Amino acid sequence: MALAFDEFGRPFIIIKEQEQKTRLRGLDAQKANISAGKAVARILRTSLGPKGMDKMLQSPDGDVTITNDGATILEQMDVDNQIAKLMVELSRSQDYEIGDGTTGVVVMAGALLEHAERLLERGIHPIRVAEGYEMASRIAVEHLERIAHKFEFSLTNVESLVQTCMTTLSSKIVNRCKRSLAEIAVNAVMAVADLERKDVNLDLIKVEGKVGGKLEDTELIYGILVDKEMSHPQMPKQIEDAKIAILTCPFEPPKPKTKHKVDIDTVEKFQNLRQQEQKYFDDMVQQCKDVGATLVICQWGFDDEANHLLLHRNLPAVRWVGGVELELIAIATGGMIVPRFQELTPEKLGKAGLVREKSFGTTKDRMIYIEHCANSRAVTIFIRGGNKMMIEETKRSIHDALCVARNLIRNNSIVYGGGAAEISFSLAVEAGADRYPGVEQYAIRAFADALDAIPMALAENSGLQPIETLFAVKSQQTKEDNPCCGIDCNDVGTNDMHEQNVFETLIGKQQQILLATQVVKMILKIDDVISPSDY
Amino acid sequence: MGVERLFKDEATEEKGERARMASFIGAIAIADLVKTTLGPKGMDKILQSTGRGRSVTVTNDGATILKSLHIDNPAAKVLVDISKVQDDEVGDGTTSVVVLAGELLREAEKLVATKIHPMTIIAGTVCKGCEVLSGSNGITIVSESRIPWMSVEGYRMAAECARNALLQRVMDNKEDAEIQGRLNEDCNDYFEFQDTLPGQGTFCQIGRRCCYEAKGQHKLGVHSDYQEAWRIFEGLFLDEGFILDKKIGIGQPKRIENAKILVANTAMDTDKVKIYGARVRADSMSRVAEIETAEKEKMREKVQKIIAHGINCFVNRQLIYNFPEELFADAGILAIEHADFDGIERLALVTGGEIASTFDNPESVKLGHCKLIEEIMIGEDKLIHFSGVAMGQACTIVLRGASNHVLDEAERSLHDALCVLSQTVNDSRVLLGGGWPEMVMAQAVDELARKTPGKKSLAIEAFSRALIAIPTIIADNAGLDSADLVAQLRAEHHKETSNAGIDVISGSVGDMAELGISEAFKVKQAVLLSATEAAEMILRVDEIITCAPRRREGM
Repeated sequence: MALAFDEFGRPFIIIKEQEQKTRLRGLDAQKANISAGKAVARILRTSLGPKGMDKMLQSPDGDVTITNDGATILEQMDVDNQIAKLMVELSRSQDYEIGDGTTGVVVMAGALLEHAERLLERGIHPIRVAEGYEMASRIAVEHLERIAHKFEFSLTNVESLVQTCMTTLSSKIVNRCKRSLAEIAVNAVMAVADLERKDVNLDLIKVEGKVGGKLEDTELIYGILVDKEMSHPQMPKQIEDAKIAILTCPFEPPKPKTKHKVDIDTVEKFQNLRQQEQKYFDDMVQQCKDVGATLVICQWGFDDEANHLLLHRNLPAVRWVGGVELELIAIATGGMIVPRFQELTPEKLGKAGLVREKSFGTTKDRMIYIEHCANSRAVTIFIRGGNKMMIEETKRSIHDALCVARNLIRNNSIVYGGGAAEISFSLAVEAGADRYPGVEQYAIRAFADALDAIPMALAENSGLQPIETLFAVKSQQTKEDNPCCGIDCNDVGTNDMHEQNVFETLIGKQQQILLATQVVKMILKIDDVISPSDY
Repeated sequence: MGVERLFKDEATEEKGERARMASFIGAIAIADLVKTTLGPKGMDKILQSTGRGRSVTVTNDGATILKSLHIDNPAAKVLVDISKVQDDEVGDGTTSVVVLAGELLREAEKLVATKIHPMTIIAGTVCKGCEVLSGSNGITIVSESRIPWMSVEGYRMAAECARNALLQRVMDNKEDAEIQGRLNEDCNDYFEFQDTLPGQGTFCQIGRRCCYEAKGQHKLGVHSDYQEAWRIFEGLFLDEGFILDKKIGIGQPKRIENAKILVANTAMDTDKVKIYGARVRADSMSRVAEIETAEKEKMREKVQKIIAHGINCFVNRQLIYNFPEELFADAGILAIEHADFDGIERLALVTGGEIASTFDNPESVKLGHCKLIEEIMIGEDKLIHFSGVAMGQACTIVLRGASNHVLDEAERSLHDALCVLSQTVNDSRVLLGGGWPEMVMAQAVDELARKTPGKKSLAIEAFSRALIAIPTIIADNAGLDSADLVAQLRAEHHKETSNAGIDVISGSVGDMAELGISEAFKVKQAVLLSATEAAEMILRVDEIITCAPRRREGM
């Protein structure tokens, strides 16, 4: 490979180790990039929609993941190609921003790339294609806002939120009990939502899973679940009206930060030290007792002696509780995290109506439930399921549903699912194309065609005839001027998505279009790929 | 321009039909592997570990077999996982759950296969294998991707229906008097299933009596011939008290009546100063000696404090050094050192004491009590036996057998039986055994299939076939004519409220209620649900991506 030649055709050496690099440029580079992007989209295509299939992924260590979630598939795929990595990034940013629609965004980008390729073959400059796409995406986003509906909901009326979460869950393996899971997700979000500021801190929702039982046993706990047990087997398993001391200091004699040595050279010193040590333990327990705590939750461990003293003074304790959990407990119980025993005051104690230890199955697994907290702003979703993969997949699905509910609280506009939105703005873009003079018109039309890819994939995955179904719906939308017509994936018999209650969030859909267009533009602008050749 | 390489070098990708094939084959292979261990006449497997010593395990327990396998196929891993969960959750039915999931997949494979073969219509580029069905509104073309879905839906409906069928026919025995009898039968049935071990009756009596809390502790005496082993199994006994595998310190009493026990978890070797950074620095030998005496004095004080509790038996989790041991011996107190953590917890529970670590307030520490502590001999080993304990909640089962393997297997079986019992105590519903629940479910599912319009009914039928496969396998494993027996069973079940099941001992269809063979409802329900869940999960997969295995250092 060479970048430049002298008049005798000998290459100049410009790049370090030039001989060992390969280079693709011009149309070849674009085509190579496009085909890589398409290959990624092709993998995800079959996962789209309520009848989408799952992928089984085996990690380098041999662990198996079975999932339907686009972001998870791409993340675990161990991709090597640079362009493919861009697509992975794309799906991840959709996941971070919206949390749902990670598969759709990749499929959309793939379709856009595919159509761009055709335009490039016709000799249209990639930058013009990119600009055309940009204009088209603007039309689409505006159109979306026009067709979007406002969803009214309040703390008591959450039916509409539940319906939207159900749409998200229906493409997952958990769709057997999507109704109950959607309700759990919505209730969890409502419990922690700040409706004034229209914001939800998802960190307040803890998702715990434990194998065993069945999916239907999944429950929402208004409180915190800690995967720990009481520090001493004989401490009470149930505490009512608990006053909780949340400590980040160990039940041990203090360790000064500066290095020091205490020298023992006489018998008196030895005995002094011994008494000192006993006093420490006694004081620590006494201080907890004095402020009226009935449960101690500690981030660190305790010595055997401290443990017995706690039992002795009838003060149950939990040890080795993680930092994040400790924070959640503090939020839920309205307590303060106390770093030193001296700073314990009655006001700093957290309050919970009921703390109980529950054991599971035939093994000795125990968990501690902290319920009826003073402040129910922190909740836990506790997932049960037949096997490990199931639990993991359920966790991901619940995460998606939580994100959808949060997005709706932020912005209560919805569009119709089942490909209805895509078909509707595909039509709008098509119509809008004529207003643009110049080469961009081609690109805008291509964009409209590319948008058909999503309803097409939906129809295909549901076992319907894709082309026929798509155009039947398209003509119906045009004739009736009804943006609610979509693909009838579940064979219900109607393709009005309003009747089927299939909704998606407006911001999720907008984000999909914007992100997909951005990535495609970026890929189109690459005209030179220099990479180390295979060794 | 060829297709760009997407993955890293050694990563592989399998798509569509191939992926489905790979997972079906993997899962079915696993199910076939454990299939022969199902039922009372099931065979055992020998497992040899790859570790040092090549130790051998002989077992009939599904979870144990699967746990020891090194599997590469991802679908097979799913099955191993459900079996493990079944073990943790209900403790029994670990083989059945894998076999049922395998059978479900086998049937699904057949469904997928038949729908693709007959007509291959190439409709554009999208539908490869299609099935043409004339519906009411013209012709519907169903692409191949639809079939697993139908099966999933069908399976799901069928599973729900099967569960309802079970719920309807389940016997709830809330009355306490009956529970004992039921439990007995349950357990009895269990051992018939698990092993053809002799001494089944004893086993089940023991199981019943200690269904709340028990500890399987085995001692082995090596005998070469099996006659001997028989006798010893018959001689297996349940002990009302508690046995601790420890020796009594030298010079201490070997027998204590009306013992007062202090259970402790404290250092009795050298009591270190816990203040950080403390160290001994002395400038002369005499100082060192003084400090040593002070240390000794400290230990003596501690022992005095312990003795001041008015005890005559002291059990510690940690080591007891010679010096304190001597002090205890002088005071006539029996001191047991190094009891493991589990032992301590249980002992504290049994004797009603609390586990102490500080000894300053003797009046408020609860002591444990028991009528008699003595050293007993089993075989060549000395053990400490606590009898007449305060709580009466614990007991020990002493298993004896000809070889390590027999004992291990017996312990596993006993563990399963205890699990079943404890589950049944929690949820007292039981079903009949011997293939009865499968037949009831199959019948209900068949009924549903007849009522369901559309292609789902094919999948529902397949589900009932998979259910019937279980009694078939039980009969096959017993060397009986399965086709004949299952057909008879089916005919029996067409009558209302039949109790018919396969009686493997006599090789005929028998009344399970009369034979007293029953199973816990909870176990069956867990089997049904997790097998369906796993099958569904595997069916939904249409692509397998295997990452390049992580390179290990030094390989």
